[in-house]
Amino acid sequence: MAERTVAVASRVGLHARPAMLFTQAVAASGVPVTIARAGGAPVDAASILFVMSLGVPHGEEVTLTADGPDADRVLDELVTLLSTDLDASEADAAGGAS
Amino acid sequence: MTTTSAADAPAGTGLRGVGVGRRAVVGPVAQVRPAPDVAPDAPLLVDGAPATPAHVRTVVERAFADVAAGLRTQAEGASGTVRDVLAATAQMADDAALRGQVLTRVDGGEPPVAAIDGVVDTFAAMFEQAGGYLAERVTDLRSVRDRVVARVVGLPEPGVPHLAQPSVVVARDLAPADTAALDLTKVLAIVTELGGPTGHTAIIAGQLGLPCVVRVDGATTLADGTVVAVDAAAGTVTPDPDDAVRDAFERRRAADAALAQDTGPGATADGHAVALLANIGTAADAQRVGAGAEGVGLFRTEVLFLERTQAPTVDEQTDAYAAALRAVDGRKVVVRTLDAGADKPLAFATQPDEENPALGVRGYRLVRSHAELLDTQLAALARAQEATGSTPWVMAPMIATPDEARDFAARARAAGVATVGVMVEVPAAALRARDLLAEVDFVSIGTNDLAQYTMATDRLRGELADLLDVWQPAVLDLVATTARAGLEAGKPVGVCGESAADPLMALVLVGLGVTSLSMAAGALPAVRYAVRHHTRATCEAIAGAVLRARTAADARAAALALVDPDVAATLAL
Repeated sequence: MAERTVAVASRVGLHARPAMLFTQAVAASGVPVTIARAGGAPVDAASILFVMSLGVPHGEEVTLTADGPDADRVLDELVTLLSTDLDASEADAAGGAS
Repeated sequence: MTTTSAADAPAGTGLRGVGVGRRAVVGPVAQVRPAPDVAPDAPLLVDGAPATPAHVRTVVERAFADVAAGLRTQAEGASGTVRDVLAATAQMADDAALRGQVLTRVDGGEPPVAAIDGVVDTFAAMFEQAGGYLAERVTDLRSVRDRVVARVVGLPEPGVPHLAQPSVVVARDLAPADTAALDLTKVLAIVTELGGPTGHTAIIAGQLGLPCVVRVDGATTLADGTVVAVDAAAGTVTPDPDDAVRDAFERRRAADAALAQDTGPGATADGHAVALLANIGTAADAQRVGAGAEGVGLFRTEVLFLERTQAPTVDEQTDAYAAALRAVDGRKVVVRTLDAGADKPLAFATQPDEENPALGVRGYRLVRSHAELLDTQLAALARAQEATGSTPWVMAPMIATPDEARDFAARARAAGVATVGVMVEVPAAALRARDLLAEVDFVSIGTNDLAQYTMATDRLRGELADLLDVWQPAVLDLVATTARAGLEAGKPVGVCGESAADPLMALVLVGLGVTSLSMAAGALPAVRYAVRHHTRATCEAIAGAVLRARTAADARAAALALVDPDVAATLAL
C-alpha cells in the first residue's frame, strides 16, 4: 500500500476544472486510487462526484492511497498535479474565449 | 423595445403572447425538451413484458455512455464557460461511482428510474450540504439524471436541441444556461410559455436582434418542424402561415432595412441632439455595434462574472474592457459596474439566505461586503483606459442615496476614471435626483428596475406584466423628476432600460428632457426615425399629455394621438 499526503494548490480548491483534471488523470492511470481529507473516509479518486463532494479547499492536505506495482509512480504523478495551480489553466481557457 | 400585450394582437388562428422587439420571421419549430415525466417504479418493458435485470443493466449502462458521449460532442462544439460546464457535466455522466451504484441497485431488482433517482439524490444531498459552488452543480447533476432517464425509457433527450437548420426555438422557459447553449447562428426567433417582456430571455433576444414572443400559452404543444410565423410586433405565433403573411413579413424586413440606412447622429426634426447608444454585455457585442450607434450607453459587465467560481482577475477584466473600448473605436462607452445579486447570483459574492434578494445586497450594495470586487473592476477600467486611450464613463447600479453616489464617485475618481455617474433605478434615487447629481457627472435611468421598485412588482413574474409597464403614470413621474433635475443641473440624463427601444416612449423621454437613449442595437433605426420626424416642442407636448394621463393605457394613447400619422403607420405603432 503506497500513500502520499499533499496540499491542494489550486486557488478554488479541488473543485471545478481542477477536480475534473485530477479525476481524469486518476482514471487514465488505470490504477484504483482513493483520496481522503484528514480524518475523513477515503473515496474513489476517479469519481468526480466523490472528489467534488469532499469539498477540499485551497491549501488543505489530502491523502492518496493505491496498491500494486505502479502505485508509487501513479501517486507521484498525482501529487505533482495536485501541487500545481490548476486554476491557472482555467483562467487561460476563459481568457482565450473572451 | 416595443411590447405588445396579448389583447392588442389581431385576431387569427395562431397563438398569442407578449411580443418583444418589432421583427417578424418565418421558420420551423425546434422544441427545447422538458425533463421526462416518468413514474420512478415504472418497469422497463420489452415487448410488453418486464425486462430481466441483466437486460435492464445493459440498457442503463448504454444510456449513461450515450449521454456522456453526447455531452462531450456538445462541449467540443461550444466555447468558453459553456464548454467547461458541458465538459464537467459529461464527466458526471461518465462517473464510475455514479454508474456503479445505479447498476448495483438495478442488479438487485430495483426499477431503473428509481435506482437512478436514488443514487442521484444521494449525491445531490451531499452537494447541497456542502453548499456554495457545489450546491449550484446540483443543476448539472439533475440534468444528467434527466438525460439518462429519458434514454432508458426511450424518450427524446431533454434540453436545448441540436439545431440542424435555422429554427424558431420554443420552450416552456429558458434558463440563462439554456440560452448560452444555443447555437445563435441557427436561431431565428425565441418563443416561451413563461417569462416576461423584461426577463432575461427577452433581454438577450433583444441584444441579438432576435424576434421574441413570451407568455405564449400552448407554445410547447407545437410539433417539432412545424413552420410558424413569429411576429414580435403583434405578439403572435401562427402555424403554417400563407403567402400573404410571408409577403407582409418580407415588406416589413425591407422597410426596416431602409430605416437602417440612416446612421446619422440622433436629433429631433429641429436639430436638438439626442444621443442614440447601444446596450452591450460583452466585447463581442461591442464588435456587433454598427455605425448606427453613437456609442455604448450601457456595458453590462456582470456577464464576465456570472457562472464562475471566482471573480475574474484584474488582467482578465482589463483585456475585456479594452477589447470593448477598441471595438467602438473612440465613441462614448458607459460602463456599469457589477450588477449582481437578486436574479443574477454570483457563486463568490451572493448571500445564499436572502429572503427578498431584489431588496437585498445587490448592485452597488455589494461594496459593503465585497469592496474588493468594485475596486478591482475600477482598477481594470483605468488600465483599459490607459491601454486604449479611450475615456470610458463609469456608473454604479442600485444607488439609493446621495452618500452612496458620493462614495462611488470618490472610488472611481481615485482609480482614475474621470466621468462618473449612477443609475436611477430606486424610487428614492429618482425623488432625490437633484442631490445625486450634485455628487456625480451624469445619471442613467434603468426603467426596468425603476418600474419593478416603483410598482413593487417582481420583474420575473410575467403574469404581473401590466403592473411592470413603464407607461404606468407613477413610473413616468419619477422619470420626469429625474430628467428635470438633470436639466436644472445642466448634466446628462440617459435612459438605458428597455423603454428607450420603444419609438413612442422614446419621444416621451426626449420631451421630458432625457439627453441620451441606449437600447439593443437592433432597435436604433426605428427610434432614430421617430425622433428625427418630431420637433423638440412636439416631444414636449407629447410628454405633457402623457404626464396628465391617469392609467398606463391612457398615457400610451395620449402619446400616440400626437405622433405624426405617417411615422405611426411606418413603424406600426
